[in-house]
Amino acid sequence: MALFWIPLLTTLGSLISSLTAKLSRNQTAAITLLAPIAALAICLYHAPAVFNGDILYSQFNWLEQLNLSISFRLDGLAFLFALLILGIGSLIIFYARYYLSDKDSLSKLYAYLMLFMTAMLGIVLSNNVIQLWFCWELTSISSFLLISYWNDKAEARKGALMALTVTGAGGLALLAGLMLIGNIVGSYQLDDILASGELIKQSQWYEVTLVLILLGAFTKSAQFPFHFWLPHAMAAPTPVSAYLHSATMVKAGIFLMARFYPALAGTEMWFLLVSLTGLATLLLGAYVALFKHDLKGLLAYSTISHLGLITLLLGLDTELATVAAIFHIINHATFKASLFMATGIIDHETGTRDMRKLNGMWRYMPYTATLAMVAASAMAGVPLLNGFLSKEMFFAETLHSQLLGSMSWLIPVLATVAGAFSVAYSARFIHDVFFNGDPIDLPKQPHEAPRYMRVPIEVLVALCFVVGMFPNYIVDGLLQVASMAVLTEATPVFEIAIWHGFNLPLLMSGVAVGGGILIYTQRKYLFQFQASLPSLSAKAMFDQALDYLFIWSQKRIKQFENGSLQRYTILLIMLVLFAAGAPLFEMHQLVGQNTPHNIDMFNAVGTSLLIAGALATVIWHRHRMIALLMISVVGLMVSVAFTRFSAPDLALTQLSVEVVTIVLLMLALFFLPQHTPKESSSIRVLRDLSIASACGVVIGSICYAIITRPLDSISQFFIENAKTGGGGTNVVNVILVDFRGFDTLGEITVLGIAALGIYKVLVNLPLFMPATDGEGRKWAKEKYPLLLATISQTLLPLALLVSAFIFLRGHNLPGGGFIAGLITATAIILQYIAHGSNWIAERLTINYRKIIAIGVMIALICGMGSLVFARPFLTSWFDYFDIPLVGKTELASALIFDLGVYVTVVGSTMMILASLGKLTANEPNKQEKARGAD
Amino acid sequence: MELLYSICVGVLVACGVFLILRARSFPIVLGLTMLSYAVNLFLFASGRLSINQAVILGASPQHADPLPQALVLTAIVIGFAMTAFSVILAIRARADLGNDFVNVQGSNSTVKKAGSKK
Repeated sequence: MALFWIPLLTTLGSLISSLTAKLSRNQTAAITLLAPIAALAICLYHAPAVFNGDILYSQFNWLEQLNLSISFRLDGLAFLFALLILGIGSLIIFYARYYLSDKDSLSKLYAYLMLFMTAMLGIVLSNNVIQLWFCWELTSISSFLLISYWNDKAEARKGALMALTVTGAGGLALLAGLMLIGNIVGSYQLDDILASGELIKQSQWYEVTLVLILLGAFTKSAQFPFHFWLPHAMAAPTPVSAYLHSATMVKAGIFLMARFYPALAGTEMWFLLVSLTGLATLLLGAYVALFKHDLKGLLAYSTISHLGLITLLLGLDTELATVAAIFHIINHATFKASLFMATGIIDHETGTRDMRKLNGMWRYMPYTATLAMVAASAMAGVPLLNGFLSKEMFFAETLHSQLLGSMSWLIPVLATVAGAFSVAYSARFIHDVFFNGDPIDLPKQPHEAPRYMRVPIEVLVALCFVVGMFPNYIVDGLLQVASMAVLTEATPVFEIAIWHGFNLPLLMSGVAVGGGILIYTQRKYLFQFQASLPSLSAKAMFDQALDYLFIWSQKRIKQFENGSLQRYTILLIMLVLFAAGAPLFEMHQLVGQNTPHNIDMFNAVGTSLLIAGALATVIWHRHRMIALLMISVVGLMVSVAFTRFSAPDLALTQLSVEVVTIVLLMLALFFLPQHTPKESSSIRVLRDLSIASACGVVIGSICYAIITRPLDSISQFFIENAKTGGGGTNVVNVILVDFRGFDTLGEITVLGIAALGIYKVLVNLPLFMPATDGEGRKWAKEKYPLLLATISQTLLPLALLVSAFIFLRGHNLPGGGFIAGLITATAIILQYIAHGSNWIAERLTINYRKIIAIGVMIALICGMGSLVFARPFLTSWFDYFDIPLVGKTELASALIFDLGVYVTVVGSTMMILASLGKLTANEPNKQEKARGAD
Repeated sequence: MELLYSICVGVLVACGVFLILRARSFPIVLGLTMLSYAVNLFLFASGRLSINQAVILGASPQHADPLPQALVLTAIVIGFAMTAFSVILAIRARADLGNDFVNVQGSNSTVKKAGSKK
């Protein structure tokens, strides 16, 4: 079975669970359980190979040029984590069915849980670090959804947001770190990275990379000082907490450190950063946990403390410490998940998690109490349970550490202190909840939980026992292969035993247990002391920092974005001016080697008209009608220029676009205010003039520099192949519909989208319709001059004939879909102008939106037609036929494509102008006045 | 001729930029139109200027560069769509806000006197 089935199954599971809302709760749970159990089976199927030391792969190439692939990899470490994720995940799904009340949606929780499971599996199985990062972010998002499951509660929303902010920010740091690694190694494949440890450590970017990756790991694993999000994430439903904070989410950070251990660890900096952070987290978590009255709060800080312990182990410079870290990952997952689930039962059956109210639960739920007590003892490190073994190994390794030089003795001492606090809070968990007198006004009458709700806890507690008593039979092999994946070299010889004889670690354990019990019995004084300290709320600080950040960034944004379009434009233009102008000063000589053309009469006249038109537009820009006339002179001269300089297609296009643009601007004039008051100060005009002139000078100079230099173009290819490959002699048209057909397809799509956007913007437009023109004259009474109406009607068929002609000859002579479309549109617009849109609407009902869609579809289907003949998209085909009456004619499939272009252009142009023109006709009251400008 | 052509492009750019920097929507639309003329001419000229060399195979011994022509052809049509879109936005803004200023009113002191609403 291929590896990709593991995450694929859980993805499917997530989709299926989201569809089970209508089924009964048992059915939902059963269906949801299928996916993780199947995935677990696949995992176990691979177990023999993994235990053999093999690494399994499964890969799809995606973007090979970018070194990106979807790639999975299963080694010992990934196998261990996959087991935890799937195994504990299945138990949690089972448990959640009994935990959630009827009014909460089970399928929603399951869908999120499965999504989260997929993301976690993605992290541990990825062989590509970008893929790993993607899944990493997916865990942040899915945990956000899970924590805010009860989204009607403010604390759930805030807790979720905090977790997302902290872990999301860490995720960004991680991405930066991974990209640095990718840069150093030259590959994003995990295999390559793990094999290039020396290269990475010797790189000058090593320090930055390490810090960035550790930031990702520390935020995710709630290491000090990023630990504060974890207690607030306890607003999640308890099954979620049990899953996220025992086996998965927070372990992702640990996994990351273990995964990159071969590539990054081994330097002084790694050991110091990782071990000191771990030590601080271990102490802080253990200390604070004791003072939490909320059961889940206690477990949250205990989780922080244990994560600190694992981190510290990863940062100790002995190989056995790494083995101990992996061992503790397993142990912590089992006992913490069962404790969370037991807490869920207590909460479920009593209605509270406050330890000041919960007392004497032993009498009401002896069975759950026993399970919880065993798990809590494992947490405290009591012999014969798994927690004892890894804690013993931990103590032993702290003794070997040389990290702090002559002060290295501090590490075992502080570890023992943390151990004592851990015993103390475990004792509090057991004694305060199950004994210590009678319950105090509980919301519910407590009783034992449903039978099956306890099953997942039983399974895990049994594991605590079995691992604790027979470690060598149960976990030895798993530990071997997982450690081998982390250490890459041969694993050090180790033997897990309950009894090592009287030695220092045992003494430390003893001191920790004794000290812990002492602390617990004397807790009254500690609580008083703690109460006298000024309260430090991480949440308040976080909120404050966030508020400050928002205010700060808003201020900065306002400095740039003050609502003035003029200002934005000027900033952009200045930027372009400097970017484009600066290189000009470094150029040796502006003029190139080409011999210039002579200036003849036509060119001189055309140029002067163009310049005069442009200047006149600027001078009279406040007299709108004159400005419009002047700019149309410019447009005409541009098309004349195209004619002159051997571009007949461009000239035709420019000419027809010009007509349509002027009609559009005339319509716009009708709707916009008729006067443009003079309002710019002289200084401002001067400033704008200088900027504008500078732009003109820079762009003009660049243009001159370009066109006086020799041309080295790829166009020879098009010229040579237009006839033989594309079947047309008009090379411009062949490029449009054949060589670069894909571009053209994009262009007409954009055109269609623009037209649809315009249609949407004009919906429900409140109208301003002037009764008179700018000089206060009434609109003409004769709305539709008879002469125009008559001529336009006769003109229509002729114009359509011309456009058909232009369209058909386009492949060989100037013309084609774009130009023909514009000519057709102009002909139809003339009808609108001559008769008004109501007259047209009575005679012709055209839905221009559909026309646009049809046009794009024709082009698309024509392009896909080539797929049928197993050719690449948009390959064209042509041949010669004898058609009666017409003679020998060439027919090319590109003609169909050009038809699509034609239809889209007609549809879009008509859509734009007709929607605008129609507005004037739709207002019944003002119709009479409005028609005049139609 | 090349010099004259470049001067034309420069003048069109200058006029377009000046119009774009105005505070009312219609001059800006004019400016955008002007600027797109300039850009089209500029791009077209990257194939160099040639007279009587239309790229119709068999029509002349030498040919102009067809590639910039093809690019500019679509650019003209897209430019029209863009002009149309900005015109419609201007109309919509005028209808919704009651004026044709392009700045948020009161945001900037560039306008000497506030435009009277019509």
